[in-house]
Amino acid sequence: MIIRQDTIALELPDFRNLGTILRIVLAVNALTAVAALVRESQLDLWAAQWFEISAVVEPHLMVQLVVLYAIAPWLARQPQPAGALTVVAITLAVGLAVHALFASQIPQPPLALLRHELFALAACAVLIGYFGLRARALSPAIAESRLQALQARIRPHFLFNSINAVLSLIRSDPKQAETALVDMADLFRVLMRDNRELVPLEDEIELCRQYLALEKLRLTDRLNVEWHLNSMPAGALVPPLVLQPLLENAVYHGIEPSSAPGVVSINIFYKGGEVHAILRNPYQVEGGRHHAGNKMALANIRERLQLHFDAEGSLESRVRDSVYEVHIRMPYRTVKTAPARDAADERAKPGRDATPPRPPVRPEGPELARGNTGAPHG
Amino acid sequence: MADAPLRVMVVDDEAPARRRLRELLDDCAGALPLVVVGEAASGREALDLLHTVSADLLLTDIHMPEMSGLELARHVLKLPQPPVVIFTTAHDEYAVQAFEVNAVDYLMKPVRVQRLLAALEKVPHLKPVPAARLDQLPGPTRRFLSVTERSRVVLVPVEEIVYLKAELKYITIRTTQREYLLEESLTRLEEEFAPRFVRVHRNCLVARDFVRGFERRVGDGGDAHWEVLLRDVPETLPVSRRQQFIVREIGRESQ
Repeated sequence: MIIRQDTIALELPDFRNLGTILRIVLAVNALTAVAALVRESQLDLWAAQWFEISAVVEPHLMVQLVVLYAIAPWLARQPQPAGALTVVAITLAVGLAVHALFASQIPQPPLALLRHELFALAACAVLIGYFGLRARALSPAIAESRLQALQARIRPHFLFNSINAVLSLIRSDPKQAETALVDMADLFRVLMRDNRELVPLEDEIELCRQYLALEKLRLTDRLNVEWHLNSMPAGALVPPLVLQPLLENAVYHGIEPSSAPGVVSINIFYKGGEVHAILRNPYQVEGGRHHAGNKMALANIRERLQLHFDAEGSLESRVRDSVYEVHIRMPYRTVKTAPARDAADERAKPGRDATPPRPPVRPEGPELARGNTGAPHG
Repeated sequence: MADAPLRVMVVDDEAPARRRLRELLDDCAGALPLVVVGEAASGREALDLLHTVSADLLLTDIHMPEMSGLELARHVLKLPQPPVVIFTTAHDEYAVQAFEVNAVDYLMKPVRVQRLLAALEKVPHLKPVPAARLDQLPGPTRRFLSVTERSRVVLVPVEEIVYLKAELKYITIRTTQREYLLEESLTRLEEEFAPRFVRVHRNCLVARDFVRGFERRVGDGGDAHWEVLLRDVPETLPVSRRQQFIVREIGRESQ
């Protein structure tokens, strides 16, 4: 849905994204309501007018959304403005088809086709302008700087306690001290690298294991971890550090405040085209601990999920039966899409990555996921 | 004074941290005669241990489950011969600032051996930090009140306290089981534990959790006043005229 306009970045949205679809439906209906108002100023008749216009507009809209959904992966690979012009052509073609279908049933007034197509073009232009502006607002500079600012920060508390735990091992168990230091190096490598691109879920899990191994070192029997990864889609792409900060919270708020042993459980599975991660830890009523820190981590991850997945990612937390639970929902993806969809920007940074930038394509479908559900680590 | 070895106790909920501190203390032993008299994984364990062995120095972590190191320092003051307390902490910028301001000794973890040795050398010249100065340090509210009985420190969990009543020199702590005598200020306790306790009278704080209801009583002079009825204890407590509003306040909450 695009008209060439040099002042606005030509940037097609992801037509398979729920948020995009929702925005298009809402915008078109709002425009229809305005159009009805232009044609009929009396309020009681206005609703009838809106309904009449919608009778033609809605079928057009639905068909068009289905078509765009179907060709979204192909469309995303097209250079601009060809992609945008394709959307315009589809708009006109679907308009023509819907009109023809109506005309065969009910006689249409003269110029009905022309009016419909003009309306469709106007709606198209408005939406292209909107998505162009939105893409610019979210990308690359703003979204990236935001993502960078949002990069999870590890608690200094953890860093110094871990160093102390490693120091305590050097004399008595140098081998274990070595393992712990290497784990720490890996952990901090990830924390300090550029974390804007999605990473395979199994990498994030590995990172979580290293983190928990370090915590286990100092908390010993108090920290018990249960992994439920049998139906985890190991290759699914997730925002980096989407789980580790939550585990850090689970340990800090759920395990450390009690001298009794506690269990942190991690349950990751594939269901209905989505990746679900459910983390649980004992809920402690704490005197004076800063729950604000927990809220900040949750808000941080929620915002990163939104930047990467829009309405398709979510994070919810709740307390039930003295267990604190965080539930993350993400779309199942196996091919990289940059958060701000800035493939062009990627190309502008030569030498950063030897492989050519992969086009932002959505996964083929759930079949692929099911073939890929083996747990990578026990 | 003969140079008796310095008796040190190590308190930390994390075993590796205790082991590390022990190693460092061993390293210091060459330069300064010392003996580690015990290790404890919690404040409560440390207090129990201090009833059987005496220590000159308590090296305690701040951040511990159930009882923080700061709270432990408050309770050990009740011992007949309280040890000097030096705190260890991995990271807490606010606490560290407060330590500096109140001249309370602390060591940053990981601890440097030279720094530990310097701290140990000062210990014989130090006095325990008084409660008033410990109160200035930020931290979670106390989980226990401590009273001295036959030179032992008894911990009374705050959540078991039904009411606190000031009588002459002491405060009576009433739990569902029995009474204890405490030497602290009622006003300070009210501030520290708000909103757990509510003041029903100039000399009395009642735990909201233990309020069962209120009853109107008419005294001998014909003056009517409210009495607090309590859960799990038979006695009732008078509500003063000034504090009458709490009858309605608590009544509203319990609806």
